[in-house]
Amino acid sequence: MSSETKQILTTDGIPLEVSLKKAEKKNKIKAFLLVAPLLLFLVITYIFPIGDMFMRSVDDKMITNMLPKTFKAMEKWENLEELPPEEVYRSFYEDYKLLAENQQHGKLGQRLNKEKNGFNTITKKLFRQIKRKKIDESVSLKEQINKLHKRWRNVEYWLAIKRTAPPYTVAKYLKGMDMYFDSDGSITQVEEDRRIHRILWLRTLEIAFFVTLFSFFMGYPIAHLLATLPMKYSNLLMICVLLPFWTSLLVRTASWMILLQQQGLVNDFFVMIGLVGDDNRPEMMYNKVGTYVAMTQILLPFMVLPLYSVMKTISPSLMRAGKSLGGTPFVAFWKVYFPLTIPGIGAGCLLVFILAIGYYITPALVGGASGTLISNQIAFHMKTTLDWSFASAMGLMLLTGVLVIYWIYNKLVGVDNIKLG
Amino acid sequence: MSKNPEFVKFDKVDKSYDGKVLVVKDLQLDIAEGEFITMLGPSGSGKTTCLMMLAGFETPTHGEILLDGNIISNIPPHKRGIGMVFQNYALFPHMTVYENLAFPLRVRKVEKDEIDKKVDKALSMVSLNGFETRMPAQLSGGQQQRVAVARALVFDPAVVLMDEPLGALDKNLRESMQYEIKHIHESIGVTVVYVTHDQSEALTMSNRIAVFNDGKVQQLSDPAELYEKPVNSFVAEFIGENNTFNGEVVDIAKDKCKVKLANSEILANPISVKSKGDKTTVSLRPERALINPTDKMDNMFTGKIEEVIYHGDHTRVRLNLLGSSEFILKVPNSTSNLELKVSQDINIGWNSIDARALDPK
Repeated sequence: MSSETKQILTTDGIPLEVSLKKAEKKNKIKAFLLVAPLLLFLVITYIFPIGDMFMRSVDDKMITNMLPKTFKAMEKWENLEELPPEEVYRSFYEDYKLLAENQQHGKLGQRLNKEKNGFNTITKKLFRQIKRKKIDESVSLKEQINKLHKRWRNVEYWLAIKRTAPPYTVAKYLKGMDMYFDSDGSITQVEEDRRIHRILWLRTLEIAFFVTLFSFFMGYPIAHLLATLPMKYSNLLMICVLLPFWTSLLVRTASWMILLQQQGLVNDFFVMIGLVGDDNRPEMMYNKVGTYVAMTQILLPFMVLPLYSVMKTISPSLMRAGKSLGGTPFVAFWKVYFPLTIPGIGAGCLLVFILAIGYYITPALVGGASGTLISNQIAFHMKTTLDWSFASAMGLMLLTGVLVIYWIYNKLVGVDNIKLG
Repeated sequence: MSKNPEFVKFDKVDKSYDGKVLVVKDLQLDIAEGEFITMLGPSGSGKTTCLMMLAGFETPTHGEILLDGNIISNIPPHKRGIGMVFQNYALFPHMTVYENLAFPLRVRKVEKDEIDKKVDKALSMVSLNGFETRMPAQLSGGQQQRVAVARALVFDPAVVLMDEPLGALDKNLRESMQYEIKHIHESIGVTVVYVTHDQSEALTMSNRIAVFNDGKVQQLSDPAELYEKPVNSFVAEFIGENNTFNGEVVDIAKDKCKVKLANSEILANPISVKSKGDKTTVSLRPERALINPTDKMDNMFTGKIEEVIYHGDHTRVRLNLLGSSEFILKVPNSTSNLELKVSQDINIGWNSIDARALDPK
């Protein structure tokens, strides 16, 4: 026999490898068809909206489309210290006239006003002049427009228009970090008393961190008890843990409002046992305390369940072994039990932290001014100011933040070590 | 050096979990220093509870446990200095073999060099040198078992407890591990308390066996005596195979009694029967009954073969004898073996000394 391996054939003469591939391909198609509905669902409800959000957050095409000639002419504007050349004025005038005819000039004014305050006034002035046909197109438009308002003679305003030229901008992201493009195009921080977003980001991280911490310290003993109690008690305890899960989030938050308000049950109780005076009831709601209490309670099951599922798999004989080998109960716990629960701790903390960082209803209801989080700000821009592109930008920043945390966690602990059950 | 015959002492120990049922009743048990003692019994007989009380994971409801003369009932497990091998090994899955073995030494603040030396010694005892950096999950069941044994011995405990340590191993491995544990015990002379429900394991390994049933020690003796001279019908039934006849004593002398069965009479060795009229169960080991005996035997009967089962080294023959169709014979397979055929009539004989008249079942 030759040393080369002979090709193995199946009984009907097809090479074994080929027929194996055929069979595997069938299985692969079957598997794909099984996941296809979910994949489609994810694409439609998740990937596509996120893509759209991203486009919206960087989109700045409005002015690009409104002032095509102007931006083309501005390419030749070289000395940015001085006012642009006549050509730019003329193109701008032509673009603006076209917009005025189509009743689009108002939008431009508003948009430019966002870029630099005072634009609305001077564009309106220009509009009125055009309407009254006071502008003579045969002579220098630069002089005529400059005469309309002193702001037109200010190069800053023309630079502001130039800045709006690119169809994409990261301005919304900068705004989310309390920064903006200065008139000379450099990135500048807003004045200290107006840096609201940074405070919100920090507060969101702080609250998410402490809620995770509280949930961990409260959830760990409960999970341990759940995993070690005899079945009939552990079932009851499990129901107690899960009961909040089955209650509407709004109902739970509302019940916290009843409990925590100044005339609420907890304060009544404190007054009754004489812990605080009746006229000196502490504020436990509409501040961080309320947010901490309510969020910890609501997110606790997300900590308990992964911990429980991991602890359930730890044999009680391990602790016994630790003790019989001479470890004090604490040593046995710290050296044997605790390290084995780390996958559960990781999963629970990650879950709680990520949920807490994007929490919205509870802080909105019990958080007051000092308890609101970044997601409340996002909702505010979605619903009230209708600045969807800004809301999208902040939403994506939040998403990026979560992904970064996930990445750090993966580096530190390894995602493979997570156990959800 | 004289060995303390009461190194471990259970003194009138009772244990109840629910306040209604005693799982261990009035246990009186002395274990000598360096002895290998096995607690053998069916599940639920209280043997594991005894072990747990000795280890300190359960407290006696009543009575005291003494270790080397000191009452240990109030000493927590980690201060007892008793090594333990668990049923499922209980190796720490997040530690290497070395760290597992070093754990009892580290908590005792032993020097690093000393730890290395002891771990090395313990591993060579179970022939697992070179496995220090492996994780328990990378070891086979038998190797994990050895690590568990080494870990229980590495800190030189006075007593080592083993709770059905071989239960999860396959038959061949279990047998070789039995010898291995026995040899380790012989070479280092540590006191071992071993719990199992496997009687052959108990007979192979132990110096003495305590047969548990219903929370009580039924018999405490060495393996040979336990097998040859069971003191009651539970032990006779539980250890090895046995043929039984239920009947009533009609005549009794010093070392012989006549037992009346349904329609015949046999001679037996009176163990628990005292007088005429006592109900009794006569127990006879299958290998003590012979086919066509050449010597004179005082019990001679004829039976009919119902079934012949080939077992490799021996053949089991089921007979219909004295009204019972459950009489089993063990015939060694040799060249001079008889041609045994179903529904053949054969002569069976045994000595009355081997037929032990015990308490009625």
